[in-house]
Amino acid sequence: MSDTTTTGRATYNDRVVRQFAIMTVVWGIVGMAVGVLIAAQLLWPALNFDLPFLTYSRLRPLHTNAVIFAFGGSALFATSYYIVQRTCHARLFSDRLAAFTFWGWQVVIVAAAITLPLGITQSKEYAELEWPIDLLIAVVWVAYAVVFFGTIVKRQVKHIYVANWFFAAYIITIAVLHIVNNIAIPVSPTKSYVVYAGVVDAMVQWWYGHNAVGFFLTAGFLGMMYYFVPKQVGRPVYSYRLSIVHFWALISIYMWAGPHHLHYTSLPDWAQSLGMVFSLILLAPSWGGMLNGFMTMSGSWHKLRTDPILKFLVVSLSFYGMSTFEGPMMSIKTVNALSHYTDWTIGHVHSGALGWVAFISIASLYALIPKLFGKTQMWSVRLMDAHFWIATIGIVLYVTSMWIAGVMQGLMWRAMNDDGTLTYTFVESLKATYPYYAVRLAGGVLFLAGMVIMAYNVMRTVRETKPVDVAVLAPA
Amino acid sequence: MMSERVSLFIIAFTVINVLACVWLLWWTAKSRGPQAPEGSAEPARVGHVWDGDLEEYNNPLPRWWLWLFVITVIFGAAYLYVFPGLGNFAGSKQWSSVGAYEAQAREREARLEQQFAGIHSVSLAELSKDPAAMSTARNLFGANCSTCHGSDARGAQGFPNLADNDWLWGGAESTIYESIANGRRSAMPALGTVLGREGLNEVASYVVSLSGVQAPADWIAAGKERFATLCAACHGADAKGNAVLGAPNLTDSIWLFGGDFATVRTTIENGRNSTMPAHASLLGDTRVKLLAAYVYSLSAQERVADETTVHGGTGGDASP
Repeated sequence: MSDTTTTGRATYNDRVVRQFAIMTVVWGIVGMAVGVLIAAQLLWPALNFDLPFLTYSRLRPLHTNAVIFAFGGSALFATSYYIVQRTCHARLFSDRLAAFTFWGWQVVIVAAAITLPLGITQSKEYAELEWPIDLLIAVVWVAYAVVFFGTIVKRQVKHIYVANWFFAAYIITIAVLHIVNNIAIPVSPTKSYVVYAGVVDAMVQWWYGHNAVGFFLTAGFLGMMYYFVPKQVGRPVYSYRLSIVHFWALISIYMWAGPHHLHYTSLPDWAQSLGMVFSLILLAPSWGGMLNGFMTMSGSWHKLRTDPILKFLVVSLSFYGMSTFEGPMMSIKTVNALSHYTDWTIGHVHSGALGWVAFISIASLYALIPKLFGKTQMWSVRLMDAHFWIATIGIVLYVTSMWIAGVMQGLMWRAMNDDGTLTYTFVESLKATYPYYAVRLAGGVLFLAGMVIMAYNVMRTVRETKPVDVAVLAPA
Repeated sequence: MMSERVSLFIIAFTVINVLACVWLLWWTAKSRGPQAPEGSAEPARVGHVWDGDLEEYNNPLPRWWLWLFVITVIFGAAYLYVFPGLGNFAGSKQWSSVGAYEAQAREREARLEQQFAGIHSVSLAELSKDPAAMSTARNLFGANCSTCHGSDARGAQGFPNLADNDWLWGGAESTIYESIANGRRSAMPALGTVLGREGLNEVASYVVSLSGVQAPADWIAAGKERFATLCAACHGADAKGNAVLGAPNLTDSIWLFGGDFATVRTTIENGRNSTMPAHASLLGDTRVKLLAAYVYSLSAQERVADETTVHGGTGGDASP
């Protein structure tokens, strides 16, 4: 690979994009397979085989870390590196730093896959990894920021494309969140104590946790949406002004929403109320992105019949809209009193994670991978179609079963007799959930099967191809 | 309560963030930028082009979306007027989550006390025959006790079976009540270093032999001697236990942690510590009494059977 073509023109650095794109598929399968295993354990607890490293409690954080940071993270690295080069008309700021972010991120993932099953954890949700790995994440992330913003500085066009606003916000915010939430005092290479205590610790944790959703899983993937939707339909983005207002409103209001994870706890009432109010005001800014996506597609609906990528994009935007409606509703204290701690939350998360995050990533990869390997289309369009339908049915089974299970659990837990005693014991609600756990497992298996089909299709697409160097396009 | 300064900071930060969004909404809602000529089918483009063909239309904000945004802001403002949220301002309703919880709890307590006002003068035996009381007590047991003792109260390893008539601390009415209200803490000391390998094998052999398990005869004999010096103080010379200390009867085949040789040996070597939490302050007197009567009722049938065979239950740790 060289950074210029034979005629001496500068090229894009697509090597790192290819690496991250392929690893997205690999980590997707790994992370989702662990998810399927723990879903099966809820149905058949004996599946942990009495081995400590196969217990639900250790594999659940492995599942969340693998799908969010390994699968989602690799997808974000791949697409942001691709998009920032195309929309800045410039090669990445530094090839060596970009390569460092790839290898560094892979080391983080492997370290997570080893330490979490060993039970080495900070016990902070979505921030379980211990301090040496946290330090490596911080270094990789700063390198990522240098590569990304360095490329922005190098750009040959005056205006910064909207996708890059979202990537920029996500990169800066994740750095701040990760560093502040993980400030800890190490006592050994595998153990540290977080500096915050009590309710302050809880608040910092959910300020981090909810903004990981807001900036990693929302803003970052909106960056993907703003590039691949207009590219795929070949139409301009619907409204520049809408993107301005929904971007600024989204990033400023998301910051406040964390306390809705701590309703009816010892967190002071005022903080809970602000968390709820800002979560509700977040509805319109969130929907701004969905509207811009859908309205950009309008007029191209006929292409849905033939283009599986567009199908993935439409369904991902639909689930994005649904999850960002459901989220504010669940943040209302009285609704939360029913939904909190139930499987409704799990359903909500997966409608966002499978429906929105995974689908927009899959669409982006199907658009990206042929281009990265000098082809015009994936090896099999029919397999893309099959992937779409199998995965969509999987999500529907998953989300609906968890909705029903969650509402049922919430109602059973609060049911009270005239004498003031609880109508149901906890174990009765668990027993009633079993059939829904089976349906959820079926949904998860279907979604995983879709990923395996994708992996096969990707393998056939890239086999016997040579990576191509694409010359940097001159600005219009 | 936070200081007045922090409170003002929170209020200002909140209001400024929301107002800034509203201002941006107003600014972007106004018609600006390139406009399409009258009668044009296509909206105007902003004029930027990236990556060959990426462009943007200058369409206005969708009206319904704009109003959705405004409505959520109005709702938020109203909510923060009524409920606590803006720093120290308690809200017009003076609502607090603690207050709401306490009001609910008071109502629930009042209902319970009203329904069971008469139970404090009644014996557990009598109360255990009251179907309404037992129905409430069964629910209480399910919510508070079944996690350890099981929904059928038959226990699990380390957690005693409450449905047989075998008691660690005694099965009299007052003793059962006492166990629930104030809890119990039992400690079997670790004797591994005292006994050594050989000693452990011998004592464990003797203990399991008491309930009819086969063991080498010389170990049993040697174990019996060691038992008399080390174990008899709590478990009694006859190994039938002592309910005052919560020391179990070792001669029946009822085991809390397991009665096979290996488990008994481990119990002697490493000791055991068990805690029954005190529930008087958690549940209140009325619920504790209902639960005591329920636990009493679980062994009622066996109690009658035992009393006819053992004549008043003088033997073993079943005695209060």
